Amino acid sequence: MDALTWIAIASIVMAGLTTGFGTMGPALAEGRAVAVALTSLAQQPDASATITRTLFVGLAMIESTAIYCFVVSMILIFANPFWNAALAAAAQAAGK
Amino acid sequence: MRLTPDAWIFWQHGFFKLNATIVFTWALMAVLVLGAALITRRLATGHERSRWQNLLEIVVTSIMGQIEDVGLKAPRRYLGFLGTLFLFVAAAALATVIPGYEPPTASLSTTVALALCVLVAVPLFGISGQGLTAYLKSYVQPTPIMLPFNLISEVSRTLALAVRLFGNMMSGAMIIAILLSITPFVFPIMMTALGLLTGMVQAYIFTILAAVYIAAATRSSKAGTKPAPVA
Repeated sequence: MDALTWIAIASIVMAGLTTGFGTMGPALAEGRAVAVALTSLAQQPDASATITRTLFVGLAMIESTAIYCFVVSMILIFANPFWNAALAAAAQAAGK
Repeated sequence: MRLTPDAWIFWQHGFFKLNATIVFTWALMAVLVLGAALITRRLATGHERSRWQNLLEIVVTSIMGQIEDVGLKAPRRYLGFLGTLFLFVAAAALATVIPGYEPPTASLSTTVALALCVLVAVPLFGISGQGLTAYLKSYVQPTPIMLPFNLISEVSRTLALAVRLFGNMMSGAMIIAILLSITPFVFPIMMTALGLLTGMVQAYIFTILAAVYIAAATRSSKAGTKPAPVA
């Protein structure tokens, strides 16, 4: 199999694995965060504004790691520099 | 499949490219500025006021309340910068209901620009609040060994701000685009609603994080030194 095929296989497999594994950790962490926030809301309902705001900020922080993995997957699928370079090289070789 | 609105080019002349990001940013700016100018033409201070003025007052007072909750004592100083950040990112997300529109924050250029504004604003507010020497001394708190780590944390949290907003907005737009080509009727509408929710949450998060960074920079060293949050 030539280089183009290898690059395609590696990109596709790694894009899937990146999003697959990258969303597991943040999902578990966010579940824990929401659970603890619900407990403290039940204990102190009058602090609900602060608790809710802090919960959202914390969730956004945790979510960012999942977003990083998603961005890497998107780059691998749609803006893959190795694929583009290999395509250009193949086109040049075919043109000669 | 367009990854960002940067690839949608309206007009091109040599080096200058007028792409969708710039056009939609200008459109948003025009709507926000003209709307605000029209509503605040004749401000009423009594009990009789138009509902648009009421709307703007609600928006401004809630932003000031949030800024004060974060720990910034004089919210009016920071209202211009933080309020504009929130309004721009929120308006960029809300306008997704208009068909054919792509949020300019779905382009890495816009989000990096906004994050760079925060990167510049934090030292500016810190120096004007604390003075130059006190602000510079905060970089070597608690020990001078922390200097490179404090510098790296400044850069990394700016990058995190940019990529977080970009990833959220880009994924929303992309999910809608993909679903439109698969099941064009019900699911794109649900995903647009979800995209609206995440857009508003991300606007709030961006503003609150910028406010927290500014609060950490302007906190005087006499009040105890808590380490600045690192994202």
